[in-house]
Amino acid sequence: MSGSPVFSAQGLTKVYQAGEVTVQALRGVTFDVGAGEFVVMLGPSGSGKSTLLNILGGLDVPTSGSVRWRDHDLSHASEKELTRYRREHVGFVFQFYNLIPSLTARENVELVTDLVPNPMTPEDALNIVGLSARLDHFPAQLSGGEQQRVAIARALAKRPECLLCDEPTGALDIETGRLVLEALARANEELATTTIVITHNATISAMAHRVLKLADGRLAASEVNSHRLTPAELQW
Amino acid sequence: MVRPLNRKLLRDLWRLKSQVITIALVVASGIGGYIGSLSAHASLAALRDGYYESARFAHVFAPVRRAPRAIVTRLRSLPGVLDLDPSIVAATTITIPGESDLMTGQIVSLPRDPDSGMNRVVLARGRWVEPDDDSGVLISQSFARARGIQPGQRLSVLMNGRQQAVTVRGIALSPAYIFAASQGGFADDTRFGVLWMPENRLASAYDLKGAFNLLSLRLGAHGDERSIITAVDKALANYGAAGAYARKDQLSHKMLTQEIEEQRVFGTVLPSVFLAVAIFLLHVLLSRHIATERTQIAALKAMGYGNGTIGAHYFAFTSVTVLFGVVLGVAVGYFFGRWMTGLYARVFSFPDFHFAIVGWVGASAVLLAVVSGVVATFSAVRAVMRLPAAEAMRPPAAPHFHRTFLDRLRLGALLPAPARMVVREIERRPLRTSLTTLGIASSAAIIIAGTWWGDAFAELVDSELFRRDRADVLLALNEPKAIGAFAEIRRLPGVLMAEAARTVPVRLRHGATEYRSALLGLDPDARLRRVQDAQGRDLPLTNGSLVINDRLARVLGVRVGDRIEVEPIEGTRRATHLVISAESGDLMGMYGYVTRRDAARLVGEGDTFNFARVRVDAAQDAHFFEAVRNTPGIAAAGDKRRMVANFRATSQHNLLMFATILSVFATCIAVGVVYNSARITLAEQSWELATLRVMGFTRAEVSWTLLGQLLVQMLIALPIGFLIGHALAAFILDLISSEEFRIPLVVDGGTYALAGTVMLAAGVATSLIVRRRIDQLDLIGVLKTRD
Repeated sequence: MSGSPVFSAQGLTKVYQAGEVTVQALRGVTFDVGAGEFVVMLGPSGSGKSTLLNILGGLDVPTSGSVRWRDHDLSHASEKELTRYRREHVGFVFQFYNLIPSLTARENVELVTDLVPNPMTPEDALNIVGLSARLDHFPAQLSGGEQQRVAIARALAKRPECLLCDEPTGALDIETGRLVLEALARANEELATTTIVITHNATISAMAHRVLKLADGRLAASEVNSHRLTPAELQW
Repeated sequence: MVRPLNRKLLRDLWRLKSQVITIALVVASGIGGYIGSLSAHASLAALRDGYYESARFAHVFAPVRRAPRAIVTRLRSLPGVLDLDPSIVAATTITIPGESDLMTGQIVSLPRDPDSGMNRVVLARGRWVEPDDDSGVLISQSFARARGIQPGQRLSVLMNGRQQAVTVRGIALSPAYIFAASQGGFADDTRFGVLWMPENRLASAYDLKGAFNLLSLRLGAHGDERSIITAVDKALANYGAAGAYARKDQLSHKMLTQEIEEQRVFGTVLPSVFLAVAIFLLHVLLSRHIATERTQIAALKAMGYGNGTIGAHYFAFTSVTVLFGVVLGVAVGYFFGRWMTGLYARVFSFPDFHFAIVGWVGASAVLLAVVSGVVATFSAVRAVMRLPAAEAMRPPAAPHFHRTFLDRLRLGALLPAPARMVVREIERRPLRTSLTTLGIASSAAIIIAGTWWGDAFAELVDSELFRRDRADVLLALNEPKAIGAFAEIRRLPGVLMAEAARTVPVRLRHGATEYRSALLGLDPDARLRRVQDAQGRDLPLTNGSLVINDRLARVLGVRVGDRIEVEPIEGTRRATHLVISAESGDLMGMYGYVTRRDAARLVGEGDTFNFARVRVDAAQDAHFFEAVRNTPGIAAAGDKRRMVANFRATSQHNLLMFATILSVFATCIAVGVVYNSARITLAEQSWELATLRVMGFTRAEVSWTLLGQLLVQMLIALPIGFLIGHALAAFILDLISSEEFRIPLVVDGGTYALAGTVMLAAGVATSLIVRRRIDQLDLIGVLKTRD
């Protein structure tokens, strides 16, 4: 682990009522994530990794157990406090990019730079993901990979302390996916942004500092990579 | 239809219930307004016609000074005349003991047999007056009600210059006084009453034994009104005939018919706007509903459902919505129409009250609603039928956006990103934006079109009764007197200022056109009655000049400088020709103006007067009226100040009720349009809005990006609505304009403010509902799915 823990989860459980069925998504998960760490959470669908990401991102609260972001208790935070937490500390990257179709690449980034006190310029953020030439394009004019890189630039522009990525390459082919992962790796190294990526693509775990494997709502394994690969070296 | 589709239909209706209900409310408002107004119109017309027939209301009226009854037999042989009825009417003033108010009225003779004669009087309460009753009278219901007069009450009436005590025996109604008003136009039930008494008493008081001063005629189906009027005038010429006139010129009938006609105009114009908005709402809702069901439609097609079945399914969705609105609308229409008919039946003192939804109105309303539904649904359903199954399986292509007008002006950069979202969303769907804006605008327009006439009537009163006529009281003499007698009027207690006038009833002719009117003879320096042009500028009156009302000029087809023939219908009856020197712009009445001297000369008199306009010191009102009552030569006195106050109070009450009802209807439209538009936009953009929430935008910030679109549309819609409202008012005005008066097209700031306030309130209410939906956005779902 690199640095002191920023996330600290203790005995997290989450029970959903999905229609008439009760789903136990998490069954007592405990782990820490250190500042600047690049963590990949790996697991098949239904393993609980999305639920965990939602809780870490302040979109959901656990049924029991506790989760802390530095000195903030996320498990008992109000709706208002969670919104503020997301606004000030978290950058999200979604599987389907979630760009606003009516705004250009630059404007999508501006959406967040308007929200925080000390953001990057949209141009700088888009430069990090290699899209300086596509500033004024609308999402419909960009490829899937480009759209995802705009989404990453949007997440990075407010200089978040942590970046939460939900299957960021899930909708992309290998080449484009690699470009996106390079952007994430660069942000992690150059900006020291704590990065958590959830995926079911085991290949990606090779670029992480640490891999958390989830199965059936439990943390099955926590493996530290002694030798990290660069995104260019990944094969899938 | 196939059963599972029926189940889907029910569930879709339930899921979209709030939108279905708001659309049904708009349909109901349109259908309700249409059915209510037109059925009230038909019911009132039927009430009027039935009443006229059962009470044998006359077709022609011939007033004379004094004609022997023997002449009636001679006139009976006129071709086309079915029946004649000689009677006596006299203007009077009424005094209620203990009240200082001076009230005017008319005394009308009762036939010996209550079931004989024309313009039959119907007893509403109390008992009939026997022929030998030497003090009993019947009194008109509206006056009795306004004054709280009961059978048994004693009154004092002026008869031929003498105060006479009478006792009210019964409360009665007559078809000739459905709209009870003195000549002058404004109904004032508190200050104008009709009294009926046995003919022999009236005859002895007015020295009309064996004579009459009003002949009523009923004509057969083939009777020619015009030639009969000419023949009657000729036969009565030697008895001081004041010129016979047809039913259409009878004051009560004319006002009543005008009011009933207005119902028809309001009943067709306003609901048309409602239905047009309902069509638009249904269209938008259904298009959106179908767009979200593309994949389901594809699946149904893949399974083998035919275009017809699927099309029918969506038609059924609209039909149920429309039908719901129709059922509600018929109920609303019934109560609205009943209320309006009741209101008018009370104002007009009909003997009975009956309201029913007229068959063809109900049927055409339902047909209209169904056709609206089909029109609204047609294009959306056609799109479903044309959709190839394979294409429908794919989600619709990503929407394309482009730089907006603001961006091109480089103003876009000044806006924060959420504001740019608002502007681009609005620009991306110009048709929907315009239709939504138009929908909101039409609700504002409906409020204005329904309530502006309060402003117009206020202006009418102000112009006619304050700027042009500045007297407090108008005194009418029994007969013209030499001007020397005017000093007596001046000496009445409390009189601050007094002016004499000589009014002469005349027939005006130009070519083949003839019009029955009156010449108002005023002194050239008259201050209390001004002759003014349409712009309110004083027009000078000099001996030899003739000013006529501009509407009258249009009817006669004359202009300034033209000569017209003027035949007085009293006195010498010698026709002369006068040159029109100017046109006046009075809003009410169609008169000509000459100097008092010229008017007197026209009827072969010297310096005379028969009317006096007076300003009275309010502190001495009681003394003034007491003195008027005791002055034998004064036949009637009209207190303008109280009439205006009373008119304002009643019209304001009615206006408030009407404005409230229209505001409820218009609010339904506004909420219908705004709410549906917001819900549809929310459905389309929920994914983006939830993304913003995940990124850390607060609920308030996210709400603004959605509600901002509404706000912008609202702000654009209001001025447009004001313009449409003004145009609708002008259109309605054109449809209800009458010869009798010109309603000025005046819409006050207050009326615009009312429309604006109702719209904004509807907007705020809708925003609060939509805001709750935004609060419930599924943030987690956003991370997972693209649709």
